[in-house]
Amino acid sequence: MAEQLKDFSLLHSDEMVLNMGPQHPSTHGVLRLKIHTDGEIVSRIEPIIGYLHRCFEKHCEYLTYEQIVPFTDRTDYLAAMNMNDAFAIAVEKLLGIEIPERVQYIRVIMAELQRIASHLVAVGTFGLDVGGITPFTWTIRDRERILDLFEYVCGARLLYNYIWVGGVSHDLPEQFIRRTLEFLDYFEPQIDEYNQILTYNKIFIERTADVGTLTPEVAVNYGCTGPVLRGSGVKWDLRKTEPYAVYDKFDFDIAVGDGRMGTVGDTWDRYFVRIVEMKESVKILRQALAQIPGGDVHAAVPKKVRIKEGSVYSRYESARGEVGFYIIAGGKDKPMRVKMRSPAFCNLSVLSEIAEGWMISDVIAILGSLDIVLGEIDR
Amino acid sequence: MVELFEVRCPGCVTVTEDGNAFNVQAEKWLEVAKILREDPDLTFDSLMCLTGYDKGTDDVLGVAYNFHSMSKLHKLEIRIEVSRDSAEIPSIANIWRAADWHEREVYDLFGITFSGHPDLKRILLPDDWEGYPLRKDYETQDYYHDMPIPKDKTDWE
Amino acid sequence: MTSVIDSMLKLFGSPQAAGSSAVSLIVAVVIAGLVVFTIMAVMAIVAVYFERKVSAFMQDRIGPMEVGIFGFKGGKQFWGGIGQTLADTVKLLVKEDILPKEADKKLMIMAPFIIFIASFLTFIGVPLSENLVVSDFNIGIFYVMAAGSIGVIGIILAGWSSNNKWSLYGALRSAAQIISYEIPIGLSLMLVVIVAGSLNFGDIVAWQAEHRWFFIHSPFAFVAFIIYVIAGVAETNRTPFDIPEAESELVAGWMTEYSGFRWSIFFMSEYANVLIISIIASVVFLGGWLSPLAIFGVHFTWLEGPLWGLFWIFSKAVFFVFVMMWFRWTFPRLRVDQLMYFCWKVLIPFALANIIFISVWELIF
Repeated sequence: MAEQLKDFSLLHSDEMVLNMGPQHPSTHGVLRLKIHTDGEIVSRIEPIIGYLHRCFEKHCEYLTYEQIVPFTDRTDYLAAMNMNDAFAIAVEKLLGIEIPERVQYIRVIMAELQRIASHLVAVGTFGLDVGGITPFTWTIRDRERILDLFEYVCGARLLYNYIWVGGVSHDLPEQFIRRTLEFLDYFEPQIDEYNQILTYNKIFIERTADVGTLTPEVAVNYGCTGPVLRGSGVKWDLRKTEPYAVYDKFDFDIAVGDGRMGTVGDTWDRYFVRIVEMKESVKILRQALAQIPGGDVHAAVPKKVRIKEGSVYSRYESARGEVGFYIIAGGKDKPMRVKMRSPAFCNLSVLSEIAEGWMISDVIAILGSLDIVLGEIDR
Repeated sequence: MVELFEVRCPGCVTVTEDGNAFNVQAEKWLEVAKILREDPDLTFDSLMCLTGYDKGTDDVLGVAYNFHSMSKLHKLEIRIEVSRDSAEIPSIANIWRAADWHEREVYDLFGITFSGHPDLKRILLPDDWEGYPLRKDYETQDYYHDMPIPKDKTDWE
Repeated sequence: MTSVIDSMLKLFGSPQAAGSSAVSLIVAVVIAGLVVFTIMAVMAIVAVYFERKVSAFMQDRIGPMEVGIFGFKGGKQFWGGIGQTLADTVKLLVKEDILPKEADKKLMIMAPFIIFIASFLTFIGVPLSENLVVSDFNIGIFYVMAAGSIGVIGIILAGWSSNNKWSLYGALRSAAQIISYEIPIGLSLMLVVIVAGSLNFGDIVAWQAEHRWFFIHSPFAFVAFIIYVIAGVAETNRTPFDIPEAESELVAGWMTEYSGFRWSIFFMSEYANVLIISIIASVVFLGGWLSPLAIFGVHFTWLEGPLWGLFWIFSKAVFFVFVMMWFRWTFPRLRVDQLMYFCWKVLIPFALANIIFISVWELIF
């Protein structure tokens, strides 16, 4: 026995392959991660997606443009308004129609409310991922108020089908502006409360600062967009750099990570960008609500969308990043090809790059900071 | 931009019919891609989108690449068309990492092989799925793991 | 201080034949065991309800509000849903008991009982009031710590036998954590032992009655008290030190494959451990069954006696339980290496320094 023990080759250790998901509390849906671990240290990660693939792009070839809009709801179900808006803008570019200014304003209001709602879920579930349960219930409580507003506008709370090609389905109800302003007054102090319980919590900072640093070069090369890219310190926001709709009329800042707690582009920065972005969204909302003009919201809605041959690639800044729609029109009322460039798809692909070498707990924190929605990744 | 390519790589690119994009031959794609990335006047550092398409009319499959330069703030669309039977395009996953998953997706749904891709396998569909669903001549398999696949499309349209 | 078993023996037995004293010993032990078991079970049920209400209060929710007892529902009142945990208990007990096919079944069945036995044995040495302890050891603190650390064997067995990687991770994390955090707990209790000069809980409380409560005894004792509370939270695997369970990482850690009755035993032991840690904190640092009014020199004779002792000790313990819940619903979770760092590089050096300083303090004063 003694001789045997001297032979250290008997004490060899192996990598363990850990299969996280598709059913796991922290994979935010049905993502599966194949993790090769050495003890607690992760040596390789292989994300496996496709468990929620619902053939969105194939469906689009069988549906008219108007019929596709409700399908876009179901891609990113946490930011459905943004998806409606992104698709509508892409089709309008193909059609070459002018949208009434009131509709533009309504869309901006909806998009920003939706951005806040989506970031609230992101912040809350990120808290869950690092073990804090209370922030989640707080953010969900406030998101509920936004959903109430959406319900007031269009009757639906999650999947709206509100933004049509060329317009919106209903005009704003009478009390909407007052109720939204009330919500904003209530909501702004709440952000400070999230900061108290989560953002500046010592344990939270220990868990996230300097963890999973994403450098700007890597972020751009992987096609990361949205808060993930901005967390790396890249000042890039389509609302500002390539303004669509009426975003050029508003005064707001692009939130970027500044490495306040660690290095630029760490998990904390990616998280904090979302907090700042909520504040910026509130700013935009206040301006939009004050400036909104009158008009008919159905003025530019085409009777039937029929597009001559042509193709367009249209970009849109959703809550998770750049949503792109590449549409090839086939001259019929149905598109020949619709490709959705999903932001979370690209953001997730960077996971194996930044999470390797960290611990299992960190992988979960990093994954949480990427804020993925599987409905959008798998389409 | 056309002039620039005439200098750097004569005959590599032609402007498409609609005038929005460049056509590139598959064989010359890697060469062009390197110019796009590295030329100081172009520096397309970001690959926004990579779309496979099948127009269904003639025997070609296509891939459209949408590039964007974050420093120069200009955009470019490149289209590569290959024949349906021997669809093979050089992979640019080592130049733009964003292309990695997007190429896998196009391979998955259109069956276009990207030569030189580090890990080319299906991404959205199961590994043992037959056929490439987004091709216009795609026919669904009858059974998947002994489960019948419903094909009645009467109410779809 | 006399123990419950001694008093019962005295009650049953006049000095008679050896046979009958053996019988009375068995009866006494069984009665005492049943009492401890009942306390543990009731504690688990009450603590779960308490925890749900506390968390609901912190999270702007109402908590359980639908299930009542005999139509006594409460609804949105603070005592609403009072029957919820009872219903949960019934559900857990009649739930299907699943053993995975590839699991080591013998060990998997055994593991919950080892954990249960650990907290059960610990309870034997824990005083509930003056003269109310199942067995009064003269090395009470030592016994409680020793018996409490048996539990980790059960945790490792549970994690290993489940044949599940998450369970294994949970078990290994738990082993590392519990063994590490026993040291700061031991060191901070050691300080009290040095001052009071006894390992017996009765003597320690008697010392506090004579002088002053330990957490205000000296600055070092106060630091030891803080160390004890922190390490105690870690010892019971609660947030922010709940890495062995780590819901969002390890699904449920070493309990992943358990369900129904066996899982409820885990749960019961966990809450029993919370109660034990809290009671020991109140006995050792907060004067145990002494009335808090005694600090201010107010002595009411009608406020003393075993029943009042029970009341005081439980109020203090419940306060600690509340603090633990407060932690749980406020803090995020530490990472496993940070947890180890905190224990070995922060708590233990402080605890060791504390012992040196308190020895000097004792020499001077």
